[in-house]
Amino acid sequence: MSMRIVHIASNTFREAVRDRVLYNLIAFALLMSGAAILVGQISIDIERLVVINLGLTAVSLFGLVIAIFIGIGLVSKEIDKRTLYTVLSRPVRRWEFIVGKFLGLAGTLVVNTVCMAIGVFVALLYVSHHFQKADGWLLVALYFIVLQFLIITALALLFSSFSSPLLSAVFAFALFVIGCFAEDLRGFASMTQGITRWLAIGAAYLVPNFSALNVISSVAHEQPVSGQLIFYNTAYALVYAAMALCGAVLVFEHRNLK
Amino acid sequence: MKSSTRIMATASIVLVICMMSSVLLLRKLDQLRSGGTAEEVLYISSPTVLKRSSLGYGGLLADVYWTRAVQYFGSKHHNGAQHYELLAPLLEITTALDPQLLVAYEYGANFLAPKPPDGAGMPRRAIELAEYGIRNNPNEWKLYYQLGFIYYTELQDYAAAADAFDRGSRVPNAHPWLKLMAAQMAEHAGDLQTARMLWTTMYQSPQDRSIRANAAAHLRALQVDEDVLVLERLVNIYRDKTGRVPNSFSDLEAAGLLRGTATDPLGRPYRLMPDGHVVVRVPDDLPFLKKGIPPGYVPPIKPKLLPSD
Amino acid sequence: MTAIEILGLEKTYSVGFWRKKPKRALWPLHLKVEEGEIFGFLGPNGAGKTTTLKLLMGLVFPTAGTARILGLEINDPHMKAQIGFLPEQPYFYDYLTARELLEYYGQLSGVSAKDRSRKVSEVLERVGLPDAAGTQLRKFSKGMLQRVGIAQAILHDPKVVFFDEPMSGLDPMGRREVRDLMEQLKHQGKTVFFSTHILSDAEALCDRVAIIHQGELRGIGAVADLTSSVHGNVELVWQGNAVPQSLRTLGAECHITGDTVRAIVSETRQDAAMEALRREGLRLISLTPVRMSLEDYFVQQLKPAEATVEVTS
Repeated sequence: MSMRIVHIASNTFREAVRDRVLYNLIAFALLMSGAAILVGQISIDIERLVVINLGLTAVSLFGLVIAIFIGIGLVSKEIDKRTLYTVLSRPVRRWEFIVGKFLGLAGTLVVNTVCMAIGVFVALLYVSHHFQKADGWLLVALYFIVLQFLIITALALLFSSFSSPLLSAVFAFALFVIGCFAEDLRGFASMTQGITRWLAIGAAYLVPNFSALNVISSVAHEQPVSGQLIFYNTAYALVYAAMALCGAVLVFEHRNLK
Repeated sequence: MKSSTRIMATASIVLVICMMSSVLLLRKLDQLRSGGTAEEVLYISSPTVLKRSSLGYGGLLADVYWTRAVQYFGSKHHNGAQHYELLAPLLEITTALDPQLLVAYEYGANFLAPKPPDGAGMPRRAIELAEYGIRNNPNEWKLYYQLGFIYYTELQDYAAAADAFDRGSRVPNAHPWLKLMAAQMAEHAGDLQTARMLWTTMYQSPQDRSIRANAAAHLRALQVDEDVLVLERLVNIYRDKTGRVPNSFSDLEAAGLLRGTATDPLGRPYRLMPDGHVVVRVPDDLPFLKKGIPPGYVPPIKPKLLPSD
Repeated sequence: MTAIEILGLEKTYSVGFWRKKPKRALWPLHLKVEEGEIFGFLGPNGAGKTTTLKLLMGLVFPTAGTARILGLEINDPHMKAQIGFLPEQPYFYDYLTARELLEYYGQLSGVSAKDRSRKVSEVLERVGLPDAAGTQLRKFSKGMLQRVGIAQAILHDPKVVFFDEPMSGLDPMGRREVRDLMEQLKHQGKTVFFSTHILSDAEALCDRVAIIHQGELRGIGAVADLTSSVHGNVELVWQGNAVPQSLRTLGAECHITGDTVRAIVSETRQDAAMEALRREGLRLISLTPVRMSLEDYFVQQLKPAEATVEVTS
């Protein structure tokens, strides 16, 4: 059972690579080197700040785009192209397929992020000429970005299991934007009254909490990240991704393929 | 289909468990992060850069920051905080993103200037914010009024207040009241009446509940100040007449000096002290008093603002 | 033992967005296929052949009814490990090479790692693609894809193989090869269930066939029995080029080719026809029974008025 999930995951990874996804790293590398050189030339005393802010934001956004664009097709593309026929006629359970796809894309994103992380650190070294102790917090920020990817991938997969690629992309992107303001949304919700209050609170708690996973600006200002925050964020991301995956499994389990 | 039902059941159970856990985790995260989101404001060195990077959606972002400002101040004020360092940057960013968000200027005028715990204690920044608002909305007479308000209430700079009211009165469709206030500043700046007029106008603001509540509390305080003044004058008249301090208000009534019971704006009767001073019974409910405070009374850390009527 | 048992399997789709109209894809189907036979599932396009296969593969869920393959339920992974499936116009992951695809499918089917490589090579040989192992599937022609499809269906040595239109996209050589392969599978003791609308293939290969039309089963039985169950014709060949009037009135179809005439008459009129020829003094060269072709049977069954004919073999 578990081996089949691994096989599906590695095939998904292989598909992403052959789909030339990792070429985005070239664009990223160009962006980072350009920025680093530019900022190094101007020398406005905030080189480190700019490189970290730009670098981490780029890692986050590039990865988000990949997660959504590949995620929305994970299931729907296989149904449309009927490649699922020969897979599901084998002793592969439908839920194994879902989990395998998720792990494959998540793995792709982790690899992508690691490569980008190296790029960020190289650029940082270039502008600062040496590493500081505070640079270690960058790793935490990157880790949080990976957690964000897990959530978005799971959501894209969920949408992919029942919706067309276009709608899935819209939903996933919308949830990302709303999720960045999740804390504010909960604040809003607590200020309303009546029926709206319950609906608003429900929605506010359902929306993925990306705001807590974004520590880019505080890390850029060399603020430490508390261990508790790391722990709870990890737990939350895993729980939320699991939630979305369960949803995908439930939807897919009884779906009639065309 | 037995295995299929088993899978559905497992997935459903896991889903429900995850939902409940995520709610609990969110609450814990919010606790850990309380203030964290607002503190990011300190890292925004340039509101203009933020505005540009919001790619034209500055209006929406302004609304978000505005909400954060209200929540930040509201929750801290509720807990009787003494420091509100983030209020000024929050309001400044809000208005940088959306210079026409008038309620933000009003909020600043009411809560940036006063000293803690009623406000951030930054009258100069409040004035800068008001002037910024006026630059961007030169035809909004309310902004001039708010500027004058700050000069009057926090800095007691009656000349500057008069100037502000005067500038405002020249705006087309300005409330005629502004010209009146400009004149009033010149002669009767220190009067109770003037203060009452100012706070009444602020009370009539339709925009924000906390501003109204604050104004109502100030108006009640002014009423008490006036009542106490009047009552103590009556006590003096009585003392001159009878040579002694009255025991209670019924003595004054008997002497024909007072008709009916003397009650404070919340309906509670005033108390006549043995030394002839008049005080309120429940000073906790009446912040901002200058007169009528019982001796030895220490105001609580958390000021109590009753909901505006 | 029964390889495939279909018990009342039916499928109705709801079509439409607001007011869902039910659309019948398959009426309750009852069918049994024994181990070791080649079973043909015939019908025109849109008859419900692919729907039936999708139901058996668990790709689509039945509105009612059940089915058993090798005695096991449809969604049982143990069952799926023993079957192979070639869908109609198969698509595969086109970014993989043939070898990679088959290795992947082998992994999913539980072929052990040490056997996998060997089996992949063997099966590629068997379907006639020994040199294409390292080529990406997106470069394959339709015929090559069909062969890869067959390869993945038999790679893991399944007991029952399901083919949906296995001959589609193949040239006559290819079709011959597939026919031979299916015979081989039968000799290996496997059961082959295939759907097609090419009747000559079915006639040549199948032990038994079923005919389905508009979602309903119209006939089932051994080919020979089906075609001989209906009254056939006889063919008379005589020398000369004269056609007696009496023969024409018997309703004969006559073709004159050079020095001989061929006429087809219904079996029941056989004696009358021979009598007519004898009276005219025409020399009979041959008298041969013409069996009704499966095609004729097929077309006949497709007429809505006909009742179904069940012949047990």
